[in-house]
Amino acid sequence: MHNPQLNEDGQLMHLLSVEGLPQKILTQILDTAASFMEVSARDVKKVPLLRGKSVFNLFFENSTRTRTTFEIAAKRLSADVINLDINKSSTAKGETLLDTIDNLVAMHANLFVVRHASSGAPFLIAEHLQRIGRDDVHVVNAGDGRHAHPTQGLLDMYTIRHYKKDFTQLRVAIVGDILHSRVARSDIHALTTLGVPEVRAIGPETLLPKHLDKLGVHVFHDMNEGLRDCDVIIMLRLQNERMTGALLPSAGEYFRHYGLTPQKLALAKPDAIVMHPGPMNRGVEIHSAVADGSQAVILPQVTFGIAVRMAVMSIVAGN
Amino acid sequence: MNIVIQNGRVIDPKNGVDRNSPLFIADGKIAGLGEAPAGFVADQSIDASGCVVCPGLIDLGARLNSIEAELAAAVAGGVTSVVVPPDADPPLDEPELADRLVHRGAEIGKARVLPLGALTLGLKGERLAELAGLKKAGCIAFSQANKTVIDTEALLRAMEYAATFDFAIWLQPQDYWLSRNGIAHEGEVASRLGLAGIPVAAETIAIGTIIQLVRDTGCRVHLTRISSAAGMALIQRARHDRLPITCDVGVHHLLLTENDIGYFNPHARFTPPLRAQGDRVALSTAAASGLAAICSDHTPVGADDKLLPFGEAKPGATGLEVLLPLTLKWAEAAKVDLSTAVARITALPAEVLGLPSGHLGVGAVADVCIFDPEATWQLTTDALKSRGKNSPWIGYMMTGKVKTTLVGGEMVFQAA
Repeated sequence: MHNPQLNEDGQLMHLLSVEGLPQKILTQILDTAASFMEVSARDVKKVPLLRGKSVFNLFFENSTRTRTTFEIAAKRLSADVINLDINKSSTAKGETLLDTIDNLVAMHANLFVVRHASSGAPFLIAEHLQRIGRDDVHVVNAGDGRHAHPTQGLLDMYTIRHYKKDFTQLRVAIVGDILHSRVARSDIHALTTLGVPEVRAIGPETLLPKHLDKLGVHVFHDMNEGLRDCDVIIMLRLQNERMTGALLPSAGEYFRHYGLTPQKLALAKPDAIVMHPGPMNRGVEIHSAVADGSQAVILPQVTFGIAVRMAVMSIVAGN
Repeated sequence: MNIVIQNGRVIDPKNGVDRNSPLFIADGKIAGLGEAPAGFVADQSIDASGCVVCPGLIDLGARLNSIEAELAAAVAGGVTSVVVPPDADPPLDEPELADRLVHRGAEIGKARVLPLGALTLGLKGERLAELAGLKKAGCIAFSQANKTVIDTEALLRAMEYAATFDFAIWLQPQDYWLSRNGIAHEGEVASRLGLAGIPVAAETIAIGTIIQLVRDTGCRVHLTRISSAAGMALIQRARHDRLPITCDVGVHHLLLTENDIGYFNPHARFTPPLRAQGDRVALSTAAASGLAAICSDHTPVGADDKLLPFGEAKPGATGLEVLLPLTLKWAEAAKVDLSTAVARITALPAEVLGLPSGHLGVGAVADVCIFDPEATWQLTTDALKSRGKNSPWIGYMMTGKVKTTLVGGEMVFQAA
């Protein structure tokens, strides 16, 4: 099957999903991000790699945090950034997704950063660009439905590499609502591609997708058992609408079984790191003492996220 | 008008015929095979060298959004009778609407139009439509298309009422609650791609309910578009218990699986969803054994409704013009002989419908399809007469090309 995010030479044209990307591309992104960390520490936080290019932030679904980090990353690469809040404008008038894209391409867009509520929307855009012969326009997926959030996955990998150096000796646990999580899917593919020998998924059956084992993941229902001897713990956000109803009885019962408390954290390795893609629900999936504790690396994740997004944008737009 | 079809290989599964022989047609009916009837003088002779001469195809499910184009597509695909589900706009829930459809079909004069009346008003699954009135207007049975009767009591009453008049009910078994949010088979691919899943239980629960109600009411039921191995197993058991239940599968489900979704290909979105490889094999086995008939489930969808993210794209594929080549493709892959394959799209659907057609015995209506089983052609949007250009097979080579189609002894299609 043709992988629409790679060109004929196997270079990254778009970043749509971590799945299907070779290890060397993931490593290239992480190495490039490392070189950009130094830029963010400078007084003048800019490099001219995307000077004269237009980056369109197309957010069909609300997100302040991810959009802001993409905006900062694009500006540090010297790109012009245009933010479009689509759900309030054209689609409300009946314009289709691809009509919107055609219009923005006519405005000389060079790179689209796309967030969409439907799984696969960035693929549709990338295929459309190929059909109309615009291989000079690139797509970066900033989260599509439940499918993928590849830059989050990559910044998680950056964080893990920063603290743990070697992927091939690690035990990593992902905890919580994996079924609805695009972050979890991207993390799982990235971890297995980078050679992590043991990836665990911890959660109740209602929040786990079927056939997770086929993705190379070990499933645990008991968090105490699943956290044992882990090097990395990735907590996932529990959306408000999942907290009551048929999936879970209550936020309180969820916290008792799957909330990360200092007691549960003590079951992991003493130097285990705790990650979270944000925004956190304190007291729902994570205890404040853990979120603010010495093992949490949640704020460094945000900092690394900017460097990783700079790396992704500079690589795709450079190919 | 007397016609003789010469030099063809006549395949008439119902009558156990598979031989090279001339076929004689007089006054719109089959008049003889091999030997000309006494006094027969042909007005027209059709040369079917290298071709198969078989009964016209009977398609158990085709939506005719733009009736003229779709009926032309039907005969171009060798289909001489089409069963039309009631989920048109407006739904076919009044005798007047059925009457109009039947007359319009007759006026166009291509394939025969066999409408399914709506079982309930507006297909809402609440109040019964006027079944007897619809029947009188030409509906052959009653259906909810792919909508569900959520209220089990309403379903029971509908089946009791239908049984009173010995009407058949066609149901697409899909539990409303387990399928309402889903867009793909709840399996490996949906998990990977982050698509909301429809579990196999959505089908088996509905089939289980229907089977129980058939036991209680004796209503004749045809189950449409079965998608799972477990669903097929339930139907097989019901048939073993001699319940009046028949079923069909969409031809795409015999050839494709969840894996064909690839990177969110909207042309691989179907209702019910394409399922796993084991399911596909079970459907194939059921079609091979004669448990299930094969239909096109022809669903024309405009380009704008397909060029959307997978979950927003309308499900379904164009089917009338690919029913024959895809059935032949299936037969080859499943090692099913040509006569059996032809039976699944002619004699078996006729049996489901209780029609006297679907064969080439003397006295039968002369609905005939002549096709070259070896001819290959590329499926392109231009090659399709249907307004529905939506197909997962665009660009692929098809084997099997219809040369001539006769309906009631009239030549309604001839390949250029």
